[in-house]
Parts: sequence; structure tokens; C-alpha cells
Amino acid sequence: MDTMGIIFSNVHDGDLKELTEMRTFASVPFGGRYRLIDFVLSNMVNSGIHNIGIVAKANYMSLMDHLGNGREWDLDRKRDGLFIFPPFARQDPDIGVYKGRLEALAGILTYIRRSAEKYVVLANSDIICNMNYRDVIRYHEEKEAEITVIYRKMTVSESNAPRCTYFYFDPDQRLSGMAVRPPYGGEQNVSFNMVVMERGLLEHIVKEASAYHYQSFDRDFLQRRCRDFKVYGYPFEELYLRINSIAGYFDANMRMLDPATRNELFYSHGSIYTKVRDEIPARYPGESMTRNSLIADGCVIEGEVEDSVLFRGVHVGKGARVKKSILMQDTRIGENACLTYTILDKDVVILPERILTGYGSYPVVISKGSIV
Amino acid sequence: MPVKKECIAMLLAGGQGSRLGVLTKSMAKPAIPFGGKYRIIDFTLSNCTNSGIDTVGVLTQYQPHELNAYIGSGKPWDLDRMNGGVRILPPYIRGKTGQWYKGTANAVYQNIPFIDQYIPDHVLVLSGDHIYKMDYSRMLEAHKDNDADCTIAVIDVPIKEASRFGIMDIHPDGSICDFEEKPKNPKSTKASMGVYIFKWPVLKTYLELDEQQEHTANDFGKNIIPAMLAGKQRMFAFSFQGYWKDVGTIENIWDASMDLLDPLESLILSDSKWRIYSNHPTDPPHYLGKDARVRDSLLAGGCSIFGRLENSVISHRVLVESGAAVVSSVIMSGARICAKASVSYAIIAEDAVIGEGAVIGGLPLSGCSGHPKISLVGGGIFVRSGSQVSPGSIVEQDI
Repeated sequence: MDTMGIIFSNVHDGDLKELTEMRTFASVPFGGRYRLIDFVLSNMVNSGIHNIGIVAKANYMSLMDHLGNGREWDLDRKRDGLFIFPPFARQDPDIGVYKGRLEALAGILTYIRRSAEKYVVLANSDIICNMNYRDVIRYHEEKEAEITVIYRKMTVSESNAPRCTYFYFDPDQRLSGMAVRPPYGGEQNVSFNMVVMERGLLEHIVKEASAYHYQSFDRDFLQRRCRDFKVYGYPFEELYLRINSIAGYFDANMRMLDPATRNELFYSHGSIYTKVRDEIPARYPGESMTRNSLIADGCVIEGEVEDSVLFRGVHVGKGARVKKSILMQDTRIGENACLTYTILDKDVVILPERILTGYGSYPVVISKGSIV
Repeated sequence: MPVKKECIAMLLAGGQGSRLGVLTKSMAKPAIPFGGKYRIIDFTLSNCTNSGIDTVGVLTQYQPHELNAYIGSGKPWDLDRMNGGVRILPPYIRGKTGQWYKGTANAVYQNIPFIDQYIPDHVLVLSGDHIYKMDYSRMLEAHKDNDADCTIAVIDVPIKEASRFGIMDIHPDGSICDFEEKPKNPKSTKASMGVYIFKWPVLKTYLELDEQQEHTANDFGKNIIPAMLAGKQRMFAFSFQGYWKDVGTIENIWDASMDLLDPLESLILSDSKWRIYSNHPTDPPHYLGKDARVRDSLLAGGCSIFGRLENSVISHRVLVESGAAVVSSVIMSGARICAKASVSYAIIAEDAVIGEGAVIGGLPLSGCSGHPKISLVGGGIFVRSGSQVSPGSIVEQDI
């Protein structure tokens, strides 16, 4: 496909504060063995996009480690492939690291200019779905659009509204206006922060934005100029999970326990790829009372696990009870410990007999490497 | 130009494994799935890479497609190297002649030009159908310390099983005084593991000599080793302690799988310093349903389990529906065990479907001694609802 992709890895860092202290939003672990970026990256690859740039901003060590040379996504190509862009440190101390998408894109303008593809897809990694970008490009061409934005019609609660962008369309799906982080909810066309346009147009927009010192793609460009361009909305109707808060992250992981969700996410348009760790299959020595849970390779389960997601290499000791929890890579749960509504980051150790309890809308988050 | 290597490995992977019947109908023995996410050849390939041997020739002949596709560039084992790496070596035509590999020694003989290009001092000859973890670099050290022409890895086996192996009679200094292939009355319990290190110039001479013989099986154990002993070459044994299993029969595969579940067995796959690598698809973690019961089992990614598992090894993308029970069995990837089916003491090969309520195998009769009878359902086979497969029988077509 004659399309390149650009993924922004740090955009939503603030939404998952506890989990993004040491990593980018894009490299937050998800679903037992994945990182959030695996979904958008695999979708692009499965849609025939083989030239993908990833824009990093801060704490990107885990992201670099995860992506490597892109081999697991079949992106270790001689031509094109995967490009990771750490922030470009400018000499001018007043400018510093970029703010907003437009400045980030200005930093990689040479990469955009030197690429040969006709179209470019811009995306974040906060939407988990199995999307075929070929369909979006086809829609873009059918509408003879200059810019296509992807959205979903849904009901938004007032508390969630300040994390959303709404689109307003005329009857032909052409964008007529938009609201960025509004204070109100209701039934809305919510932006996926995914945009398709011709590469030449993106170049033009980025150059123009530099001239006016514009930073935000949504506020400074799309909102002001939407009537000057032919901008159309592409409704994504299939299953998606959006991560924009710790509670949302928790719910999205719990949704993965549903077989239909997993089928649609992992097998509908193509596989979701991730870094391989060569762990052994999970072991259940003795009788285990594990129910309704996802258990990754390398786990050893001796206790009780219910309604939970366990990443690779987790050890649950004898008599321990884990309920409604997300245990990341290599966490260790001591004997007779008891966890309910918790999110344990990587390498956390829970000593024997400890009891931790959160609440569905406010799970307890224990940060990386802590010992409880 | 290839760079000179001190030691390269030649891995014999052409074995048909005729005693494995339907399991090897479409693949060579080393390609047989094992332990949930591995294939048997992973052990040898991982041993090579973990021992610092970065040049491996894989000699294939029987049903090579599955193995070729699996090994690919060698990347999963870190064997995609600029100099060396893994190379698949099938038999080929030279000029107007050309022939199949007539035996293990002939297979290496036919690839003398491949070996010569690395100008190796030593050649490690391996079999692709053994399950074990071994540091070949320590064996190479011993080989060099002894200034040996040939070093053979040996393992102690029970005397009653010794006549199944090549048995070595060893001097106190470790040198070999006698070697007998499958002796009726074994003199010792030191069995050859099929792991040899040779000085390459010496081996080359013996391969060429063997090729000129009229009555030869072109086999390392039957011809090359006895000829070298007769020729008074410096031959030493290298004792290996640890887990080693030859998987020649269905029972062997079942036993080795059950060993993975036994905490007292010495085959520990979870050792991060000696990892066994494999080439497998990325699957989501496995899912245990609300009524799943799992006991003493090993589960790979992508499985969905709604029934009961006990003492079993389950590969990726296996589905066990609710009410189904899998006991003391090996289920290979993509297989489906439908509702209320019962599978015990069985091996279910890749993508087989066991229909609703079908009963495969069974508990060994009480009081019966020896090995339980293992049932086998071949790859992709469909067993209709309600069918019964008696213990020890092999299903080769849909029933």
C-alpha cells in the first residue's frame, strides 16, 4: 500500500501517571504480553504499511528496548521499515523539546519529505482495535477528501469529556466544526486521533504551522482551518478499547477476558505482534483454582487466580488469592497474600500474608520494582 | 569468503523416525512438536548457540519442508550470522551424479566442501532428535586437553536398557578401548549420546576411506567409530550428567513430556542462563474459563481451556471445551477437544479434532505393570462425536 505511518508515543502520558513514570504511554504493558503500541503498529503492518516512524519524547528507553529493529513486526526492512525519533535537541534554549503534534512533526520533516509514499496515517497508541487502514484509504479516495479523520459515535460521560475531542459533520460526513476537550458529554462523534492525508499536504501544513508557531494539530490547525480543506470523517464501527485513565486501563484489560473480544482483537484482520521473550509455557504445579483469567508464558501458578490478567513470568505462591487484578511481568506474590482490584507494575514483590484491596473504579497501583 | 572457525556443528536431521508412524507422516523427526511450544530440534540448536557454536549445518532429507520453514534464517536461535549461522544442507546433484544420503557418515561426507570452507579444527556431529541440555564448549575443552582425534559424549544408562544403545568400554583415563553398537551382552553402562567431536582432518580421512568400502552402512556408530578404533586413533569418552532422552517411539515422546511436569526430573526449561529457543507464532496469553480446572500441567499461549486438565502438556491455540477432560496427555497445537470428550494417556497431534463425548485412550488397567498404553490421534484427523479409541491404538484417518 502506498502509505506511511507516524505514531506518537508520549501523547497521553498524563492519563496513566503511575504507569508512565518510567516509560512512554506507547510502551505501557497490556493484555498479558503486549504493549499498547503493538496494536496500532501491527494494524499498520497488517494493512500493508511498511514505512513507520515513531516519535518519542521522554522516557523512551523501554520503547526502544521493546521495538528493537522492528523485526517482530516484520519492519527490519532494507527499504523503509521502522524509524524511531527521539526528540531533536535544538541549540536554542528557548525552544527545547517539542510541544504538540505539529512541532513534533516539524522535527521529523526531513523524514517525511524523503519518504516516497503517497499517503500518511498519523496515530497515537491509546486506541486498542484491529483496524484495516486499507478501508480508511479507500474511503479517503472515494470521498476525494484532503484529510480524513477517524472517529466513533458514542455516549460520553461528563467526567470523561475533558479527555475527548468531538467532531461535527454535515450530512455528507464533511467536517464542519469540532470541540477540543469540552466540558460537556452526551452522544458525540469522538476523535480517535487518527488522521489520513497526502504526504505532500502534511509537509505543507507542518511548514505553515512553524511559521505561525502553531503546536496542536487539533486546536491550532484542524479547528481553525477545517472549512478550508475537504475534511471527512471515517466512522470506525468495530470493537475498540480506549485507554485514557487508570480505571479505563483496568477495564480494558478486564474486557480481554471475554473470548469474543479476544477473537476480534487478535484474529479478525491479522495477528497482533509483540516482542518475543522465549519464556517456557505456564506451569500449574499441583491443584490450581484459576478461573476466568489470562495467563502468559513463564507463569507459575500455585495459588488461586480469578478474573485477572497475568503477564509473563509471574509467580503466584501457595495459598495466595488474586482477584480482579493485573500482574505485570515477573511480579511475585508471596504465600497466602491476598490481592483484589490491584495493578502491579513489573517486578513488584508482594511478601507473604500481605493484603491489598482497591476498588473497581480506583484500583491500587503499585509502581515498578516495589516490595510490599 | 567464510572466516575460519575453530569448531562447527553438523546436525543430522534427516531421520524418518519410522517408529513414530503417523506423527512423522508429514515431517522429519526433529520437527515434531514438544513441550508446548518447542520442536525437538530446538534443544540441539539452542545448545549450539548457548555453547558458542555459531555455524551449524543441518542435514535434511526426509520430509524437509516443515523443518526448512521452521528453521528459516535461524534468527530465533540467534543463528543468523554474518559469518556462519545455520545452513540447511539437503542432498544435491554434482555433475551427472548425485545421490540421497546413504547414512549418517555419508551425509557428512557429501558435505565435505561445505565444512572445508570454514577450515575448522574440529567438527561437532549431532543428532536432531534428542532432548537434552548440554554445554558443548566443555566437551570441546576436554577434547582439546586430551589431544583427542575423536571424543564421544556418553551417559550412564540402566544395564537392562544398555543393549538399545552404542556401548563404550572405557579405560580409567577416559580413553575408549571398545565400542559396540547395540550389544547383546553389554560390557558397561556408558551409552553413546550420538554427540561426537572429531579433529576435522582425521574425520575427513575416515569418511573418504569409508566411502571406498563396499560393505558399509555409511554410519558413524557402525562404521566410522569402529574403523577409528581399529586404526588406533586417540578416542576419548566425555561423561555427561543430566537429562538426556532419545525420542524414537511414541512412548518416549509421552515419557519426555511427562518428565516436564515432574519437579524431580532434571530437565528444567526455565533456566534463564540456558534458554531453549523456538520459532513460534505470537499468540495472546492462554485463557482459563470460569469452570476450568487445571492441575499439574503446562500450557502454551493462545489456548482456551473451559474443561479439566490434569498432568498434561498443552501446545498453543488448543481449545478444550467445557465438560471435556484431558488427563496425562499431550495435546499439540491447534487441536480441539470438544465438549464432554475425554482424552487420557494419549497424544493428540496438530489440528486434530476430538468430537463431542468421544473417548480417547484410558487409564491403564489396574495391576498391569510396565508402561501405560498410549493412544495417538494423527495430525488434522477428525474423530466423530461419541467415538471410542481404545488405549494404545493409533488413529491414522478420520473416524
